[in-house]
Amino acid sequence: MFKETSYTNRLTFFQKIRSIDLILISCVLILGVISTFAMYSSEGGQMLYYTKSHLLRFSAFFILMIFLSFIRLKLFHSISYFLYLIVLLLLLYASFYGITVSGSQRWINLYFINLQPSELMKIAIILCFAKFYHRMQIDNVNSFRNLIVPIIILIMPMFLVISQPDLGTTILIALSGIIVIWLSGVNIKYFISSFIILVISTPFFISFLKPYQKLRILTFFDPEKDPLGAGYQIIQSKIAVGSGGLSGKGFLQGTQSYLEFLPEKHTDFIFTLFSEEFGFIGSIGLLLVYSILIYRIIYIGSISRNFFSKLFCYGYGSSIFIYIAVNMSMVLGLLPIVGSPLPIMSYGGSSMLATMVGLGVVLSSKIYHKQIIA
Amino acid sequence: MINSGDGGSTKKRNIVSRRMFILTAGKVIIFGGIIARLFSLQINNNKKYLNLSDENRLREWRLPPIRGDFKDYFGNIIAGNVEIFQLHVVPEEVTNFKVLMFRLRKILNLSDNEYRKIIKKKNSQKPWETLIISNNLSWEEFSKINLYLHELNGAKPVLSIARNYPFKDNYSHVLGYVSQASLEDINRNEVIKNNHVPGLKVGKTGLEKTYEKKLIGTNGVQRYEVNAFGKRVKELDHEKGKKGDNIRITIDTEIQKFLTESLKDKSGSISVMDIYTGEIVAIQSSPTFDPNMFIYGIGNEEWKKITKNPLNPLLNKTLSGLYSPGSTIKPIVALSALENSVIKKNFKVRCKGKIELFGQTYHCWKDKGHGLMDLRNAVKQSCDTYFYEVARLLGVDRLKKTAEDFGLGKKVLENSFFEEKKGIVPSTEWKKDVLGKNWVLGETLITGIGQGYIQTTPLQLCLMTAQLANGGYKIKPKIIVEKNQMNANQIKFKMKQNFIKHKFDKAQSLLDRTQNIFKNKENLFTPLFNDKKNIEFVLDSMYGATNEIMGTSYSSRIEDDFYQFAGKTGTAQVKRITEQARKLDLKTSEIPYEDRDHALYVAFGPYKNPRYAVSIIVEHGGSGSSTAAPIAKDLFKLIIDRHQLRENKGKEINSGENV
Repeated sequence: MFKETSYTNRLTFFQKIRSIDLILISCVLILGVISTFAMYSSEGGQMLYYTKSHLLRFSAFFILMIFLSFIRLKLFHSISYFLYLIVLLLLLYASFYGITVSGSQRWINLYFINLQPSELMKIAIILCFAKFYHRMQIDNVNSFRNLIVPIIILIMPMFLVISQPDLGTTILIALSGIIVIWLSGVNIKYFISSFIILVISTPFFISFLKPYQKLRILTFFDPEKDPLGAGYQIIQSKIAVGSGGLSGKGFLQGTQSYLEFLPEKHTDFIFTLFSEEFGFIGSIGLLLVYSILIYRIIYIGSISRNFFSKLFCYGYGSSIFIYIAVNMSMVLGLLPIVGSPLPIMSYGGSSMLATMVGLGVVLSSKIYHKQIIA
Repeated sequence: MINSGDGGSTKKRNIVSRRMFILTAGKVIIFGGIIARLFSLQINNNKKYLNLSDENRLREWRLPPIRGDFKDYFGNIIAGNVEIFQLHVVPEEVTNFKVLMFRLRKILNLSDNEYRKIIKKKNSQKPWETLIISNNLSWEEFSKINLYLHELNGAKPVLSIARNYPFKDNYSHVLGYVSQASLEDINRNEVIKNNHVPGLKVGKTGLEKTYEKKLIGTNGVQRYEVNAFGKRVKELDHEKGKKGDNIRITIDTEIQKFLTESLKDKSGSISVMDIYTGEIVAIQSSPTFDPNMFIYGIGNEEWKKITKNPLNPLLNKTLSGLYSPGSTIKPIVALSALENSVIKKNFKVRCKGKIELFGQTYHCWKDKGHGLMDLRNAVKQSCDTYFYEVARLLGVDRLKKTAEDFGLGKKVLENSFFEEKKGIVPSTEWKKDVLGKNWVLGETLITGIGQGYIQTTPLQLCLMTAQLANGGYKIKPKIIVEKNQMNANQIKFKMKQNFIKHKFDKAQSLLDRTQNIFKNKENLFTPLFNDKKNIEFVLDSMYGATNEIMGTSYSSRIEDDFYQFAGKTGTAQVKRITEQARKLDLKTSEIPYEDRDHALYVAFGPYKNPRYAVSIIVEHGGSGSSTAAPIAKDLFKLIIDRHQLRENKGKEINSGENV
């Protein structure tokens, strides 16, 4: 055991380079290129602010990801709780001094970037739980203390984010956390019983929702009811995707997008734009790239010898899946519109940062997959 | 113990892997669902969503249709389309709207009111919609704007098309005018509804209104791609509309101009009709107005000036003005009496200036009386006393029959004018039905001299005269030129044929024949008389009235055979003459304008070989012989001089000249 540890610690730079996961990096690069083109198209075929800024962020955070992948896994393990606390404090700060945009106080002005701590929390919560369950013996998982602490860890950021208000991110944070809890081996009966409690108490929660959130959920069930108001986004998004057909309208030819029928086409609806221009074939291709990415992350988790990175990779891979599934279901009219970006594709610095940090940890797990954290 | 190798860890590894496997299975299912959804949207329902996306992005703009022209008999355009200069501004494209408006206001001399209207319009529409600053720039304004154009960023001088009436007030009543379609126009007329675009001009009166269907044409269509805010992004397609049909009318502009000139500063109407073809050669009502004023909405002041004018310029008096025919009815009374064998030509009455009946005095226009009169002299000198007696013997119901045969009491041009009136030819039955009272004999007497209930339009009198002048045959008046019509000679031949047939049909009763005329349009060119001699006698007496000494219009005669015409004057009382006024015997100029008599004259010419009938009415003109008949003298000269030209043109039209 000691031998192995010292062996991994002695990895040379070239050994590290050799063991880096090229498939995952290729997937990220492909997504980066696709997203830049989509952003370019969203600006009507011009290299304007969004495209430039997106490309810059992608490049910067891609380099950050590579940098993080060479950092010893142990470091991530040791700072997990600290990171969680920092992000939690940022959330707290945002709820007092944050910038308010369209009624939601989510951002912290860092002068060079507007940081959205709730996006970072999506990663931090997984890291935190991965560490929490890393050393825990399977028999202790279901003890009262070990059941109540994760709930507190999860509830605190959720409360701060929902009060911003940001329903979409809250749900994503909750799902990310729950997945790790699920993976750690908590008894299924707890999941079933809390699910039942959730269903029963749904009407109670709904009474706490903001009017616009209620409206979104209502319009999801019947978008035609108010085609120019709240249902507009869903209807126009479906028209865009549907009119794309098998092979799409062609790059820069998406009429729904360049004639401005599509709302928020840089951010949440970037997939709609892509799907309109590249059709069913393009969409399947994009899904394939995402699938390979997720597969790679889970694969890295499966070869990891330590539980921290195994739990993180499984958790993070599943989270990425959830982000994608929620975003696509939303723009395809399968779920109500709750703000949730498509990883790497959507415009947004914090989301990109969080995604890249997560991938950096995954890549580091690959390089140090034989390492065991004491 | 904590790390690899021990049992707890293996167990944990198995649990994690198992749970991860469940999650992965879930993911595959969810991705499957998303792919299925994509498939359903993009493959199965592709057509539906493609249509919806096209509906989103494509918009059609309909362009106003181009209206068909009106041409006169000789092919001159009397209502056409002209290119006009307009000034458009798209507020969105203007860097500084206020500065631009300030400059334009100075160049175009816009009044405060106009300026306010433009600003109001601007605020009510989207910034990329065109704002029309000026509808019709004068050439000076247009060139001025072009000169300063480089400083007027955003102003666009544009060529557009507008209705134009080159002969201005000459055709106002015949053609009517066009103006912006009202809600009522749109709802009433299907064609307007189908072709409507904002600002569309449609016919409001006259032939412009009646023939809207033919004239309107079809919309051009511009197809644009628009964005979500409705802004046009690019033009995809431009479909040109079809111009409306041209319509040629039977009027001769030269004669029309003469009528306008003759009626200048008077209130009244003149009509000229071909007595065989029924073509209306000229028809004018006075005072008139310039229909070009209405195209862009008439100003408030001008509108008031027209509507407040007591002479009523908007009324087409020829068709919608109702007048007592006065003595112009006498030829018909004479004819009716002869036809019904009530009197003979040599029936004599002594005129003493008045007769009395049941204590009521009926005056002749000549106080001293005409002395002993026969029928010819009574028509010639227009002796009222004689016709009181004839009417008394004839009775109003028989008179009505003859009058209606000859065109009184019904619309002359049937469907050509919405505004045409029927007039009234009274009868005992009519009075009972309409007024609910019994007919009084005295009313028969005054009907016999064209006063009382009887109401006719000038055009009806013209038709009456035409049908007398052509030998007493039914004709069909018309104002629209149609191809392949019979010419005058063919019609004369047809009339002769019908006359021969008519002679053999003696067995038929008069009543049957009259009914046939009403029922059947094919009765065209059939005789309206029983005995040809009666018609000839009436025409001869009208000759006397104009061309013999003592005739009422003797002073207006032309002795040259080529132009010689025959006619009957009429003076229609507007107000009952009191005994006091009768004693004063005022001259026309001494009576207040509204109380003066209407002057009428009906005539036909040339007498030897008649071809045209004329009816003239001058409202409050005094007597027919002093005011109306003199107009006829010059008019007949002009008509007859232009006859050959008209005949030649008629041949051309019939041989297929393009209308």
